[in-house]
This record gives sequence, structure tokens and C-alpha cells, in this order.
Amino acid sequence: MSLLEVRGLDAHYGAIHALQRVDLTVEKGEIVTLIGSNGAGKSSTLRVLSGLLRPTAGTVTFDGRSLIGLAPHAIVRLGIAHAPEGRGIFGTLTVKENLELGAYSRSDRAGIRADISRMMVRFPILGERAGQSAGTLSGGEQQMLAVGRALMARPKLLLLDEPSLGLAPQIVQTIFAIIREINQEGVTILLVEQNAHMALRVAHRGYVLETGEIKMTDDARVLAASDEVRKAYLGIG
Amino acid sequence: MVTTPQAVVRSLLPLAVAVGVAVGLELLLGLLGFYAQKILFDIGVNIILAVSLNMVNGFTGQFSIGHAGFMALGAYGSIVVTYYGGYALFGDVMMHSTVTGYALYFVSILVGGVVAAGAGLLVGLPSLRLRGDYLAIVTLGFGEIIRVVLQVSQPVLEPSEMAAVPWYEQPWHLGRSLGFVHSGSYNTLGWTWTAVAVTLLVAYRLRESTHGRAFLSIRENEIAAESIGVNTTRYKVNAFVLAAFFAGVAGSLFGHQLGAGTASRPEEFNFMKSFEVIIMVVLGGMGSISGAAVAAVALTLLTEALRSFQDYRMISYSLLLVIVMILRPQGLFGTHEIWHLLARFRRKGTR
Repeated sequence: MSLLEVRGLDAHYGAIHALQRVDLTVEKGEIVTLIGSNGAGKSSTLRVLSGLLRPTAGTVTFDGRSLIGLAPHAIVRLGIAHAPEGRGIFGTLTVKENLELGAYSRSDRAGIRADISRMMVRFPILGERAGQSAGTLSGGEQQMLAVGRALMARPKLLLLDEPSLGLAPQIVQTIFAIIREINQEGVTILLVEQNAHMALRVAHRGYVLETGEIKMTDDARVLAASDEVRKAYLGIG
Repeated sequence: MVTTPQAVVRSLLPLAVAVGVAVGLELLLGLLGFYAQKILFDIGVNIILAVSLNMVNGFTGQFSIGHAGFMALGAYGSIVVTYYGGYALFGDVMMHSTVTGYALYFVSILVGGVVAAGAGLLVGLPSLRLRGDYLAIVTLGFGEIIRVVLQVSQPVLEPSEMAAVPWYEQPWHLGRSLGFVHSGSYNTLGWTWTAVAVTLLVAYRLRESTHGRAFLSIRENEIAAESIGVNTTRYKVNAFVLAAFFAGVAGSLFGHQLGAGTASRPEEFNFMKSFEVIIMVVLGGMGSISGAAVAAVALTLLTEALRSFQDYRMISYSLLLVIVMILRPQGLFGTHEIWHLLARFRRKGTR
């Protein structure tokens, strides 16, 4: 059984048909990426998975349980953490308070404290700035904080929405290296990216979304080599 | 949250200071003139109102402008208790400085708070799904509805007149535009400032708790708050109910002040009162507890200083608001507390 199974998913924003019969599976331990251009429905898919957007049709099964109709806070408790697009850090709170809030759905105080120390080792910059307002961090640091905060929930599945958005190329490299490390530690990741090149390098499998529909799916390496993807998303050929 | 001894001391500090002030005021009562007492009382009530509204507008970042409505419900709820309770216990509505009398007053304060909190739940459940301006409109409407309903109610019933009125019409007899003219003046500065202390302590402890952090996360970014597992609707309602409770307590104190005769007129709880409290919260800095308290003190004193220009009071308030918004848009203390700023100031001084 797959960790996440999505079948025939439809979603609307008013009259706009954002997702059309989207089928998608994520196996335990994988990094799966959703690539596609602006407005293709990548973020909408994540928003449905974390309960922020209610689908109009289809099924979502996570770890054997249906997620349809569940509120976002209930879905977090089942083990899905969402690092939303635009980072969404809590600007006037300190870095440490942001991390503590990431563990909001947990109640094991000792475990939370240990995880905060672990995050500060994994992201040394967060350790250095623990007492600083999160709003004063740079874009890349805020992205690390957003990822760290999502990990504080100890998710089985991490949803990452455009982690490379607006970051300098060098920082993007670092972020993707971190994504790979987190995955090697056992966290399954569903990664939404416009930077298809980087996403396909780090992911095991990929889906190509176009105007709300899945156009292709294959191993990340095969997708990166296919003419269609190279032309449309990698700007080669 | 980690609870260190320093944190405990710091959180108990406001309580200790305020109870000290309360006891001191009670002892000084004989030395203080009626005028000074009245000002200290007004300051206390305004602190409770500002600090409680700050839980909604400052902590959770919602915009409620109907605080006077909850205050009115608290005032009427508690006056009904001391009024008819007084008849039942003593046979009259006078203030009784006995243990029973004070117990009655204490119960009435709690009833006032609970009535307002109940209304907060009723208003909050449907309306906190609204955002920004829409919530402001609903709360504004609520406050005005309360006032108008009180204004068009029937004259107050004496116990002897009760039998002549069917039970379902009895709650409708709230004294028209005059309110409960003969209610007892139970309140003293000791009661007022103890309530101030409790409000400050609850606000502070709340903000430093996990629940308080959940409130703040909603203010900072509602979608991110949901994505880390905060039930945002429930927390917004919680903040609203808690703020309404303390507004009700402030109303209870207000309704039983010295010379209570005119204190429960519905006019006292009009939109201008709600607006005054909002100005206090905004001036102090959204989310700053000490900011709300300091602004409450300052604006109450300003009101007194401008008493002879009463007609122009709102002009001076608005002008002050405009100036602060230009010079310091985050309010006096921003989201910080006065001791944070003092500490920073001291660090700069030694450098």
C-alpha cells in the first residue's frame, strides 16, 4: 500500500477548474516532485492534501485513512506537514518560537526540546539566530526555518511548496541538499517546484502538471531526459 | 514552554505589584478625595478593557470593535444579581458592607463576566469565520444592537411588581435609557485593582503559554498557523470569549461604581466607548500588554485633563492617533513589552 494515494481529484476556485482528475501516488521513503508552470495546479494539489482546499471530487488516502473532509489541524496530527509557498514564517516571533510552534501538534516536551537542538545543528544559522525575530532572517534562512518548522511536527510526509522561490542559486543548492538529507533520514517528501531542473535531480519520481491535469509521470531521470520536459520546463533543445 | 523560576517570578510580578497598588489604594482611600478615587477607578476599568481587547485585536490579529457591548452585558448581568439578590438577602438594594454583601458582589462580577463570555461565544462562532473588515462590521453591529435593545427595554421591576408580569417578559425590564437607577455602589478601588491584577496576569500567562503562541501564530500568518496544526477557528473563538469575559468584569465594576445611579445607562456603552478602547490598544501597540495598560492610563488622564473641552475630546483622540500612526505605526511599544524596551535602552546606555 502506498503512503499517499490520490485518485480522480477535482478542485475548483469558484468557476475555475484548478485540478482535473489528478491521480498520484507517493511511496514510503520517496521524493516525488510535481513540476509544471505557473497556475498548473501544483500548489492547489498540496493545499488539498493538507486540508486547506476542499476538493470537489476524488479520494485522498494517507496511510490507509481518507483525508477528505478533515480539517488542516487534524491532518497535521496524522503526519502530514506542509511548508507553504512563500515560507509563511511568523515574523515577529523569534526563530526558536517558530520552531516550538512547529511542534504544536505534539505534546512530548522532552522530545520537542531534543528536536529543537537537532534543528539547530542541522541548520546552524537557526541556532545562531535562535533569539532573533524570524522576520529579520534572509530569504534563504527563512526557507530553512520553514522547512525546520515543518519537520518539528515529525511528519511521515513533508509537503514542500516552491522551496527555491526567490532564492539565490547558491542557496537553492543548499536547500536541495538539505531536502535529500531529510529524505535519507526517512521522511517521505512531496516537492512542488517551478525549478524543474533541480527538482528532477533530487527526486525519485516526477509528475508533470499542465492546466490542472497530469500530463506525464515517470522516473525523475527519464522525465529529465524526455524531449517534452526538456523543451517545456528545462529550456533546452 | 519551559517554566524557569525567573519566568514564574516575572509572571507573578504584575499580580504582586497590582495587588500592592490595590491594597495601598484601599488604605489611602480615606485620604483620597472622591475625584481622585473616580479617576483611579476609571483608569482601572479602562486597563481591563484595553488589555482584554488586546487579546483579540493584538494577540490573534482579528479586528473587533464591539467591546462596549460585552461591557454592557457584564454591567447588566451583575447588576441584576446584586439588585434582586439584595432584595432577597437584605430586603433592599442598598450596598451592604458585610461578608454576605461582598460575597454577593463577588458572585455578581463573575456572573457579569460569564454573561458577556456567553454572548462572546454566540457572536464569535458564526462571525469569526469572517476576516478583517467583515468581522469589524459584525462586532460593531453587535455592540450597537445591545445598546439599542437596552434602551428600548421596559422600566425596572421591583420584586413586588414581579407577579403582575409574565415570567417571559421579566428579562425585558432593564430600565430603558436610565438603566438600574437604584443599584448599589458595591465597588471600591480594592475590587477594581484586584481585577486589574488578575486581568494582567491572565493576559501575560496566556501569551507565554502554548495556547498564547497559537493566538500569535494566527496573527502572524493564518495559513501557516493552520498548516502547523492550529485549529484557527477554535482559537479565534477562544480569544473572543476570554476577552468578552474580562469586558464583562469591567462592566460589572463599572455598573457598581461609587454613585452608581447613572452608571448603567445604555448611553455609557455606545460606539464611542468601544472606539476609545480600540484607540488604547492601537496606541499601546497591538499585542503589547503593558502597552495597552500604559495607553489606558494615559488616555484616561488625557480625558480628565481635557474635561473642560469635552466636546473636542474625540478630536484630540483622533489627532493623537494620526500623529502616532505617522511617527510610530506599530504603536508605543509595538509587539514588545515595556521591560523589553527598557532593557534595550539600558544596554545602549552602557555601551
